[in-house]
Amino acid sequence: MKKQVSLATEYTKGLWDQNPVFKQVLGMCPMLAVTVSAMNGIAMGLATTFVLVFSSLIISSIRKLIPSQVRIASYIVIIATFVTIVDLVMRAQFPALSKELGPYIPLIVVNCLILGRQEAFSSKNHPGRALMDALGMGSGFIIALTSLGAVREILGSRTLLGFQVLPDGFEPWLVMILPAGAFLTLGLMMGFLNFMVLRKKTREEKELLSRHLQEPKMSLAKGQEA
Amino acid sequence: MELILIFISAAIVNNFVLAYFLGICPFIGVSNKLSSAFPMGLATTFVMLLTAIVTWLIYHLILVPYDVVYLQYVSFILVVASLVQFVEMFIKKVSQPLYRALGIFLPLITTNCAILGLALFIVLKDYSFIQAVFYGLGAGAGFTLAISIMAGIREELELANVPKSFQGAPITLIVAGLLALAFMGFAGMISV
Repeated sequence: MKKQVSLATEYTKGLWDQNPVFKQVLGMCPMLAVTVSAMNGIAMGLATTFVLVFSSLIISSIRKLIPSQVRIASYIVIIATFVTIVDLVMRAQFPALSKELGPYIPLIVVNCLILGRQEAFSSKNHPGRALMDALGMGSGFIIALTSLGAVREILGSRTLLGFQVLPDGFEPWLVMILPAGAFLTLGLMMGFLNFMVLRKKTREEKELLSRHLQEPKMSLAKGQEA
Repeated sequence: MELILIFISAAIVNNFVLAYFLGICPFIGVSNKLSSAFPMGLATTFVMLLTAIVTWLIYHLILVPYDVVYLQYVSFILVVASLVQFVEMFIKKVSQPLYRALGIFLPLITTNCAILGLALFIVLKDYSFIQAVFYGLGAGAGFTLAISIMAGIREELELANVPKSFQGAPITLIVAGLLALAFMGFAGMISV
């Protein structure tokens, strides 16, 4: 029997430890394409989370009914159904936003983040757990999209969520709202996050090492635990 | 002439990977070596061509006449998934070495957003059948071009001294950014 983790952990792991974008490098296409502004990022994140949550719920509820040979096809049909719902609702309620996101809303169907979670998680866990996992992954995705969108919007058009945040004297970096800016910004952000994680790790290792030197017996027990 | 313009526009000016961000997953995942990136590009091109033909026929002969256009996402993705399966079986039958080279990539193509994106763009741009075929070919050529260039650069990158925190995905993204900058030079050359 696998060790059971609490429902809260299922949620929080998506935020950072297994953040879909920064850690697993999944769902890159919408991530790069729509993040010209923070608002677009939030909208895309919410749409993706909606699809992820509902398809996870459905798939984990009927996971025992789906024959494993046709599971991928069944997942895709379920996901595509929810994407169609999102697309139609957005077209009716937020026509401007829907036009701006264009074909990237239907492309949620092939977002590897969603299919990946179904295959790796929902198909093996009961609905409550799958719901928490989907919510966590969705939140992590929203965080990543919004932060990238915010950076690109501030530097590329001096605004954040439509409000001006940088003075008029600041010349907007045109490259930020072009495709190249998306790649560069995300690359730099990921590199920076890796840098922070590595630094924290080396510091912890150093601490552990110094403790090792002080109490050799204790450290041996610790090492076995790890 | 117009067909050639559509081809060049899809391949270079509006490159699927570098301008529309479609197919980023294989672009980052399979671009380690030129020897695997190029076959991946060819396999994708082949599937793209088939997708352009089949989805155009489905859209104009089934979905529009029966007024069920809202089913387009479900039907397109199913068609793409079964096409890929078919191509995989076909290659396995025809050429074992090719299957060993491409086999692992083919399932990946199903979730390649460039394929579904292609089908959606063809509907969006309201192309005729011949135009759709050339658009599919151009998009495939553009993908092959981008992933091969990327693989070439990454092979050289192996020898470079990349800071530890930038190894892997981050440096790949930055290289892709520089490539996108280079491809921006073509922007505005053709407006189709």
